[in-house]
Amino acid sequence: MAAFALPFEKPIVDLIARVRELRELAERDASLASELRQLEEQTAHLARELFSSLTPWQKVQLCRHPARPYTLDYIEHITTDFLELHGDRRFGDDPAIVGGLARFRGQSVVVVGHQKGRSTKEKVTRNFGQANPEGNRKATRLYELADKFRLPILTFVDTQGAYPGIGAEERGQSEAIGACLAAMARARVPIIATIIGEGGSGGALALGVANHVLVQEYGTYSVISPEGCASILWKDGSKSDLAAQAMKMTSTDLLALGIVDRIVNEPPGGAHQDAYAAAKLVEASIAESLATLCALSPEAIVEHRYARFRGLGAFVG
Amino acid sequence: MSWPTRKQSETDASEKKSVGKGVFRRCDGCGATLTAERMAHNFEVCPECGQHHKLAGRRWRELLLDDASFEEWDAHLLPTDPLGFSDGKAYGDRVASAQRSAGTKEAIEIGRAQIEGEAVAYGAFVFAFMGGSMGSVVGEKITRLFERATVERLPVVLLQASGGARMQEGILSLMQMAKTVAALERVRAAGLPFLSVLLHPTTGGVAASFALLGDVNIAEPKALIGFAGPRVIETTIRQTLPDGFQRSEFLLAHGMVDRIVSRLDMRAELASLVRLLMRKHAGDPASPPHAGA
Ligand SMILES: [Zn+2]
Repeated sequence: MAAFALPFEKPIVDLIARVRELRELAERDASLASELRQLEEQTAHLARELFSSLTPWQKVQLCRHPARPYTLDYIEHITTDFLELHGDRRFGDDPAIVGGLARFRGQSVVVVGHQKGRSTKEKVTRNFGQANPEGNRKATRLYELADKFRLPILTFVDTQGAYPGIGAEERGQSEAIGACLAAMARARVPIIATIIGEGGSGGALALGVANHVLVQEYGTYSVISPEGCASILWKDGSKSDLAAQAMKMTSTDLLALGIVDRIVNEPPGGAHQDAYAAAKLVEASIAESLATLCALSPEAIVEHRYARFRGLGAFVG
Repeated sequence: MSWPTRKQSETDASEKKSVGKGVFRRCDGCGATLTAERMAHNFEVCPECGQHHKLAGRRWRELLLDDASFEEWDAHLLPTDPLGFSDGKAYGDRVASAQRSAGTKEAIEIGRAQIEGEAVAYGAFVFAFMGGSMGSVVGEKITRLFERATVERLPVVLLQASGGARMQEGILSLMQMAKTVAALERVRAAGLPFLSVLLHPTTGGVAASFALLGDVNIAEPKALIGFAGPRVIETTIRQTLPDGFQRSEFLLAHGMVDRIVSRLDMRAELASLVRLLMRKHAGDPASPPHAGA
C-alpha cells in the first residue's frame, strides 16, 4: 500500500510490511498468532519511538502523505448506505468536497469532507482538495439539509486551503466560506469535525465549526500553510520548518491550545500504514462524541457550539 | 492570510497631515500634486480625480459620526503572545512598535455612536496596526460588538480594512473567524441590520468571515477585496491578473457587493440605510412608523 516512503519512515516501512504479510498468513494458520503478536508489538514499539521525536515539519509531511487515507476511505470504513449528493444548486459540483447521506452505526447522518485525489488524474479533478466556492456552497447546502431533517453532521477536514484562483474570486470565495461558518454556527444538530490530514486556513474552517473537533495524531491545523507563513514572515519559503514549529500546528499543540477536543491515535507508522485500523479508531471517537452530543436539545447544541468558540482567544483585560 | 506589505503608492496620506501647511502630496490616482491640507480637508479623497487614500480612524469618526457621540467599548483589551511567536522579531516587540506607529492599542476600535441621530454599534479596523490583522483582541472586540448590538438592539456599522488573520497568533487567529460569525448570527436572528463597509484592502480571514455577510455590503471605490491576495493567486495560477481584478467595481459586477459609495457620501448613505432597514422616517429617528409590524 505505502510504496512511497518519507526519509524518516524508512526504518519501519519494511517491518510494517512484514507485519501485514504475517497477518494474512496468520488468518489461515493459527499457529502463527504468537509470532504475529510479537512482531506487532516490536513494530509498534519501534514506530512509537521513531515517531516520538518527529519535528513539526516532519508531521506536516506525514499529514500530506500521498498514501494517507482520504475522506472517501473513512466514509467507506465507518459508514454504511452512503449516498453522495452533488452540486451547490447555483453553479456546479466541486469534486474537491464530497458529501451526502449515510448511516453511522445505524444512525442517519450527513457527511461532508475535503477529498484529495489518489491518481494524478484524480488529483487534478479534485483540485488537490482545494475547494472552489461551489464546494463550500455545497457544504452549506448540506449543513442546511442536516438542520432541516435533524441529522447529525460529520465532517472530515483535509485541505491545504480553499483555492486561490481567478474563477474562485469571481464567484465569491470569501462569501462562500463566510456562509459556511454561519450555517455551521446556526445548525441545530450535533456537528463533529475530524481533521484527518491537513487543516489549512479558512478552507479547513469551512468544515470546522463543530461541537467537537477531533484531530488524528498526525493531523495538523493552521492559519496559513508553513510555506506561506515562511514566505511572508521570514521572506523565505524554505524556512517552512521554522514556521511549522512557530505556528504550533501539531495535534498535541492544538490540544494544549484548546483548539481540538481530542486526539485520535493512529496505527503504528501513521494512518496510511493501516487505513482500516485508522478508520476504526476515528469511528470509536466519533461514536463517543455523538453519544454525548445527541443528549443535548437543539437549542443546547447551538449554545454548546457558541460557547466552545466564544472561549477561544488569548488577550489581557 | 497575510497583510500586504505597504507599497510606496499605498502610503497613508493621513500620516503626513500633522506636518501641516506647506507639505505637498502626490495623488496615487492622477499624480496631481496637492497640499496636504487640501487633501486632509477632503478626507483624503483627491479633489481632482476622486482617488480614495487611507484615512485615520479619528478622521473616519469625524466624517461619519455625530459630534462627540462616540462612546468607546472595551478599549482595555490588549494582545498577549499565546504562542511565544518569533520570526526573528518577537511578536511582543511587533505589537509594541505597532502601538507606537498606529497610536492605538490594537487593530480595531468599537463603540456606540450616532450617525445623523441614529444610534449604531460602530466598529472600524485600524489598518496602520499590523495591517489591520485579526488576532484574538480584534476577534473578541468584534464578537462583543455583535453581542452588545444584539442586547441593545442596535444596527451594526463595521468598517473593514484588513489583510486577514494575524499569523503571529497562529490557529487562535483562525478561530476568531468562527467566533465572530457565530456572534453575527445572533445579530441576524435578532432582526438587526449589519452594514458592512469594505475599505481598501479587505482580504483573507476577514473577507472570508463576516465582511461579505452584510445585509448590505458597501465598498469604497477601487478597494481591493478578495479571499486570496493577488500575489498568491498569480503564484498559484502562473498568470498575470486582469486589470481591476478584485477591486470594488469587479465585486459589484460579480454580485458580491450592493453598492460602491464615495467616502464623502458615506455618512448620508449609512444613515439612510439604517432608517430604511429599521423602518424609521427620515429625520424622525425617535418614532418608527410601524413599530409593531
Ligand atoms: Zn487624484
